Amino acid sequence: MSIRDYVTLRVGGQLFGVDAARVHDVFHPRGLTPVPLSRSEIAGVLNLRGRIVTAVCARRRLGLAPREEGAPEPLAIGLEVHGDSYGLVIDSVDEVLKLDDEKFHSPPGNLPPRWAEIIVGVCQLEKELLIVLDPHTLLDAAHLKAA
Amino acid sequence: MDDLIAEFLTETAESLEVVDSELVKFEANPNERKTLDNIFRLVHTVKGTCGFLGLGRLEAVAHAGETLLGRFRDGKLEVNADAVTLVLHSIDRIKMILAGLETTGLEPDGDDHDLISQLEAMAEGREVAIDTVQAVSVPDRPIASDVAEAALVEVKAEVARTLRPGEVSEEELEAAFLAAEAPDWMSEPEPAPAPVAEAPKPAPAPTPVVETVASDLSSSLSALSAIAGGEDGAGIATTQSIRVSVDVLEGLMTLVSEMVLTRNQLLQISRNREDSAFATPLQRLSTLTGELQDSVMKTRMQPIGAAWKKLPRLVRDLSHELGKKIDLVMEGEGTELDRQVLELIRDPLTHMVRNSADHGLEPTQERIDLGKPANGTVRLSAFHEGGYIVIRISDNGRGLNTARIREKIVEKALATRAEVDGMNDQQIHRFIFAPGFSTAAKVTNLSGRGVGMDVVRTNIEQIGGQIDLNSIQGQGTTFTIKIPLTLAIVSALIVGAGGQKFAVPQTAVMELVRTGHNAEHKIEKIEQSLVLRLRNKLLPLVQLGPTLQLEAATQEDATFVMVIQVGERRYGLVVNDVLDTEEIVVKPLASILRDVDVFSGATILGDGSVVLILDPNAMSERAGNMLEEKAAEESEEVHADVQGQRVAMLLFKAGGGTPKAVELEHITRLEHIESSQIEIMEGRAALQYRGKLMPILTVSGHYHDLLEAQAQEGHIQPLLVFTGEGYAMGLAVDEIVDVVEDRLSIELSADRPGVRGTAVVSGRACEILDVDHYQLRGLAEHARRQNHATHDVAVEAA
Repeated sequence: MSIRDYVTLRVGGQLFGVDAARVHDVFHPRGLTPVPLSRSEIAGVLNLRGRIVTAVCARRRLGLAPREEGAPEPLAIGLEVHGDSYGLVIDSVDEVLKLDDEKFHSPPGNLPPRWAEIIVGVCQLEKELLIVLDPHTLLDAAHLKAA
Repeated sequence: MDDLIAEFLTETAESLEVVDSELVKFEANPNERKTLDNIFRLVHTVKGTCGFLGLGRLEAVAHAGETLLGRFRDGKLEVNADAVTLVLHSIDRIKMILAGLETTGLEPDGDDHDLISQLEAMAEGREVAIDTVQAVSVPDRPIASDVAEAALVEVKAEVARTLRPGEVSEEELEAAFLAAEAPDWMSEPEPAPAPVAEAPKPAPAPTPVVETVASDLSSSLSALSAIAGGEDGAGIATTQSIRVSVDVLEGLMTLVSEMVLTRNQLLQISRNREDSAFATPLQRLSTLTGELQDSVMKTRMQPIGAAWKKLPRLVRDLSHELGKKIDLVMEGEGTELDRQVLELIRDPLTHMVRNSADHGLEPTQERIDLGKPANGTVRLSAFHEGGYIVIRISDNGRGLNTARIREKIVEKALATRAEVDGMNDQQIHRFIFAPGFSTAAKVTNLSGRGVGMDVVRTNIEQIGGQIDLNSIQGQGTTFTIKIPLTLAIVSALIVGAGGQKFAVPQTAVMELVRTGHNAEHKIEKIEQSLVLRLRNKLLPLVQLGPTLQLEAATQEDATFVMVIQVGERRYGLVVNDVLDTEEIVVKPLASILRDVDVFSGATILGDGSVVLILDPNAMSERAGNMLEEKAAEESEEVHADVQGQRVAMLLFKAGGGTPKAVELEHITRLEHIESSQIEIMEGRAALQYRGKLMPILTVSGHYHDLLEAQAQEGHIQPLLVFTGEGYAMGLAVDEIVDVVEDRLSIELSADRPGVRGTAVVSGRACEILDVDHYQLRGLAEHARRQNHATHDVAVEAA
């Protein structure tokens, strides 16, 4: 049994979790330079302390509705995949939880494939379900193309 | 020491380290196939390389070891502890021989029959009494993974050197040294086979030896620092360098870029403040940051010799195949350049050396008949000049056949007979770089397959390089290649299109043309395609904004066409604005963006914003294959024009050194003005000229001389005024010498930006001014002024 820290975050009302060890930082994605001709999930590139970070919109990646007008400024979590720096643009960050990954449930069979492949597991919290994401597949070019 | 051996030692030391740990795993779990495969492969590699390098003793041991391992691998033999011990012994023996090889450059003398016969016996399934095999003690030969470790090894080597020869070998010392720390490990330290007969007994020896080591430490350390300071370190080559993963270097690069950025912001803030307490330390910080950036760039450098390694073999094979005696001479192998550039020039260089050997050199008998040395020579040299590396490939063969090339040019309609007749030899020779031009009468196995010098030229130009040649009939041919040291930092034009900024590498931009309502040049339409009439030629156009599917910008007056040349392809890229020129650090895009091929990377500008770098090549491909053929013809024509006719040239002096020359047609006016009229501030100069502010540039790039001249009462400053599409700029020179008419034949130079090369103009060697360079600079000045326009200065057509 292994208990780890998970950063919990919200995208389109749904609660998600990402292994805290994978999250480098949390920042406001500002000064985005759009990348013409790129996939719609790509929000753009930005300068995060001298590092070029590619911002990926979680809502688009998950096929959720775009953000409403007047919603609070989005946040991004910094992740590293294949040596590249990414920022996953999300709505908000909640607390950090200690979870036991042996208590994760495998994703239910009726999830759309776009979701199923990026989910490590589902965790039953007292009030709601927490979906644990795999940042690797979430930001992998090959999986993105297939999605 | 031979470079090959040094490299072999480095690699093998690494392999053996792995073998050691693998063997331990192997012993614990003898039936783990993966481990066994690993060991087998490593030993096999060592054996193969030894054979290649003629290291007989090593090869024999490795071979016997490999045979035994092969039996294990095939499952023909049970793995037991004895067997593993035997394998370990043979690995130790290999290490011992390697240690000798490293100190002397030669395999130490010695006999391995005892070991080999035991290995063979075991491989054949016979009983072996392992005890009789003596473990040889060997110093560890680690690739120093950090400075401390490197220092340690250095010190040990140093101690060994201070001893009288034949008394106690380095191995012995090492053994004793280790024994002192861990006597159990070294239960039976035995002498290395040859040199030492009487080994000191481990028990009494350690203390004095350790003391010796300790007492020698300080002197050794100073010796070490001397070595580190660049003194001769032969024999310890393997500890002089450490391998660092490219990731670490890239990480450093990122950090330094970040620092440069922060420094720029600081400088910006400090400029806007009167309070100058920060000025001096900031200046210092700025210099240090620059130096740090240079140093980090240096870590990406590799000697060009790495790209030449395969050439001796290639030339040897060629020599056999062609029946020619060929010597290959290589000079300046240590000249360093960015590893990325190195990879890109490897193939063109191989191709050219092959060409020189195949086409350049005469057959041996022919050479003898001509009274030349029987052995032909292909000479490869490399050196630094300015921010460039210059590579020369020369042969002492027959030289180019000018008459045949002339015929071929006319035959292939690359130029008319009259044009050809007007060209000098060098101009004719340059046609071998034209596409599809190959003079090889017979297609040999090696060259003459139509992939010729044009491909080489394209490859070199793609990395911002240039190529030229010089050939004398009967004496040989020399090719000169000039390439930038690094692709990581490039100078780029920052342009605006569709409301966004983009960077375009300056090497691809030939010319900037201003179009729009008031401009002389107008964009015209044929069907759906846009074209520009430029000097009586039609230039196909690509609109940057629409091609990137950005919203079409409103029809503004300030629209520029950048004339872009990629290989033989020439097109115009329509942008809304040219904002600045900037040195940029190229960073690759994340893999998620790799499918967007029009961008070759991204960079962070001085203001902290991220811009994408356009790949001019992919850009034109995306825009559809434009009149490629036509463009190729055109550029060739232009080429011939410039090279063939007599051109009026203005000779002048500026910035000291060689006299300069520029084609008169580029100059709009010559002016003589009073120096005091020039306004110099913040490292820029400008002049009220015909009611407008005109930027003044200097050849040197700084304005000290202008400032000095201003100090003199009534000093008259000569100016060359250039005008482009809707702007003007002045180039301050020291003295206008003459106007002459001559054929222009530019020799390549690796000097600096702003100079196209040198040419002999009316008997004098002159540097030919690169007008495009100054026009880009002038235009960027205009752009800056317009962008920062707090006061209303209209810069329109002068």
